[in-house]
Amino acid sequence: MAITYEQGLSFVQGFAAAIAENKDYLTELDSAIGDADHGTNMNRGMQAVLPKLGSLEGADLGQLFKTTAMTLISTVGGASGPLYGTLFLQLGTSIAGQTELSAEGWSQALEAAVQAVRARGKAELGDKTMIDALQPAADALRAAAQDGTSLDAALAACEAAAEQGMVATIPLVARKGRASYLGERSAGHQDPGATSSWLLVRAARQAFTTDT
Amino acid sequence: MKKLINRVEDVVKEELEGVVAAHSDLVRVHFAPNYVVRADAPVSGKTAIISGGGSGHEPMHGGFVGMGMLDGACPGEVFTSPTPDQILEATKAVSGGAGVLHIVKNYTGDILNFEMAADLAKADGIEVEAVVINDDVAVQDSLYTAGRRGVGATVLAEKVCGAAAEAHRSLKDVAELCRRVNANGRSMGMALTSCTVPAAGKPTFELGEQEMEIGIGIHGEPGRERRALASADEIVEALTKPIVEDLPFKRGDSVLAFVNSMGGTPLIELYIVYRALARYLDGVGVKIDRRLIGPYITSLEMAGCSITLLRLDDEMTKLWDAPVNTPGLRWGV
Repeated sequence: MAITYEQGLSFVQGFAAAIAENKDYLTELDSAIGDADHGTNMNRGMQAVLPKLGSLEGADLGQLFKTTAMTLISTVGGASGPLYGTLFLQLGTSIAGQTELSAEGWSQALEAAVQAVRARGKAELGDKTMIDALQPAADALRAAAQDGTSLDAALAACEAAAEQGMVATIPLVARKGRASYLGERSAGHQDPGATSSWLLVRAARQAFTTDT
Repeated sequence: MKKLINRVEDVVKEELEGVVAAHSDLVRVHFAPNYVVRADAPVSGKTAIISGGGSGHEPMHGGFVGMGMLDGACPGEVFTSPTPDQILEATKAVSGGAGVLHIVKNYTGDILNFEMAADLAKADGIEVEAVVINDDVAVQDSLYTAGRRGVGATVLAEKVCGAAAEAHRSLKDVAELCRRVNANGRSMGMALTSCTVPAAGKPTFELGEQEMEIGIGIHGEPGRERRALASADEIVEALTKPIVEDLPFKRGDSVLAFVNSMGGTPLIELYIVYRALARYLDGVGVKIDRRLIGPYITSLEMAGCSITLLRLDDEMTKLWDAPVNTPGLRWGV
């Protein structure tokens, strides 16, 4: 089964809806170890993305993700603007010109996108960042795609790994971003970036799953 | 919240409108995206210099745009990094064909947005170098934090590098000089009161009547410690000792001493701070050769001060003395 343009669109819209729904939760997580604006900033960005998607008649998946990226880059600010912008920009670059995507293709695009976010933020697994949800998700998706697992099962494994990674940030001491100024005091809090990244992976699962 | 504003959403826009109304002989302002450039930008064949960051630190950076200092500045929302598209447009607007230096303060958001803008500018064929300023000794510099914040040395780097660029030094030279200023500059700040971000409407943190925060960042981030209020002389020692020991500044060194107001502290107190600083440095054999005293890198209306010391060499001193003509700094013209 292939992922269609309509499903790509519903992934971006679903991510926007999930951010809107969890805006206060993300900001609350951020107020514990950051500067209390993650939900507000991400929501401003995704709400700016939505009206741009309507004018993309006849676009391919690459253009869809690139438009999302450029809008996030110009509206979010802070650290999450360039990080989520980089993620979508790399998705757009990896699948430029395509209107359909296989499980394998999605896996490769997500993996390249996570790699680009790592390079941009210079974060590694365990630094208490977005990467703690995204990297396990990309790894799980690749493993499942290589095993020839069905798309639906691969997407489910991907989301489960992201959720696990997100929860695993709770005991970690932050080594990147504003939370790192807190040192040991950052332990005991779930990372807001890892949480929004889990929402992204969950939105992809919901949009791309065939058997709903 | 008591502030001289109209609407919270219009604070940055209306400030920029005021800047251009007052200083159109020195700067031009572009809106949406917001950036400030010198009136004669782009200057052909000259290395251009851009800086930027959240608003709320005025006169930095927009007030330092003009002959002998910055070619452009990108103000973000209050205490929020500017966005890459904004930095990209400013970079294009000042590019005179000899490359563009980005002077970036070490905050995760600023670094990421400037890096992304540099990538986009390079894709457009503009040569960009970035230098990160990280002079705040209050933060432990280790692999396990985002590293030291960029504070007072930023102002000094912008002036020294601006003079070098005005003398048509190459991008590589100006970037190297900027790294040298950063390597020889150290700062630490303190707060007597908090400050209120207009959009938040309430103070960023609470500080009791008899308390102060030592080692504060310029956005009210936590410092080294909260202490009982002390005398100006004791506070100056608490700030200066770690600065001197960190570089370290040695007997016989010549320095530029920069005593900065966080916004709410008046000159009368800054001079009491300067007096104590001069005495302290005299005691350790460090000579003050140049000085800058006033509100230059502020944190809205926060009361408090920061001290920056820059170890000078002949070249830096000459460049510091060179003419500058900006809304915020002006001499020799």
